[in-house]
Amino acid sequence: MIVPMEHLLILATLLFVLGLGCVMVRRNLIMILIGVEIMINSVGLVLVGASAFWQQVDGQIMVLILMAITAAEVAIGLALVVYLHQQKKSIDVGIFDEMRG
Amino acid sequence: MIATLMFYLLGAVALGATGMAIIQRNPVYAVIYLVKSIFALALIFYLLGAPLVAALQVIVYAGAIMVLFLFVIMMLEVTPTSAVEVTAPGWVQWAPVLFLALTLVALTLILIGLDPLASEGVPRWHASPRDFGYSLFKEYALAVKIISFQLSFAAVGAFHVGMTERKRAQLEDVS
Repeated sequence: MIVPMEHLLILATLLFVLGLGCVMVRRNLIMILIGVEIMINSVGLVLVGASAFWQQVDGQIMVLILMAITAAEVAIGLALVVYLHQQKKSIDVGIFDEMRG
Repeated sequence: MIATLMFYLLGAVALGATGMAIIQRNPVYAVIYLVKSIFALALIFYLLGAPLVAALQVIVYAGAIMVLFLFVIMMLEVTPTSAVEVTAPGWVQWAPVLFLALTLVALTLILIGLDPLASEGVPRWHASPRDFGYSLFKEYALAVKIISFQLSFAAVGAFHVGMTERKRAQLEDVS
């Protein structure tokens, strides 16, 4: 382990908070998806750090699974963004405030 | 020792790039900054003994997912196009991008230039692609199958959501 685990966790927490702030504050659907990406990246950093800390390969495999899940999430999410843009000609989240079947 | 120093530098680069990404008005700029953040994280992964995951991070995240983002942003034309923003980006826009990119390139070259056999350059423990593959396809074989199912479900879902109304009506007429 090249650095103490605490420093790695602090870095990952800061990245996670930045992504969470992006999700909470931004009103643009694509920026919200980017915030989710940032949070997922920080989780991957923790997994790789844990893998190095215990010297087991399992954490890295979880990162691989996380990447596959992220790819699926982004595919569905961006398809939804395109669909919503077709419906309302805008991707501002303030417009999508009604839920009707 | 040098690996520890590089970890803090790369962490600063990742935080800076992410911070710049989330305050951009233009989503294209945000994606470019996020790619830099992903490169920095990939180098951190390499330093932490995960060379294969570092390569996959660059290939999958920067190569596939971010390009998908750029594709959708440009397809929807959601970038702010007022008369002020049509002008080419000035030094205020260029300076952070260049600074972060040059730092990343310099750190990558330092990492390549280090003697791989020296104890300082590479981490003491690292999972070689062989170990990774054995563990992935033996202990986690079920997870690989579930993930492949999930990816195909995602493809079907994206196809269904992306269908236009006219196509949907055609399909309903046929059935």
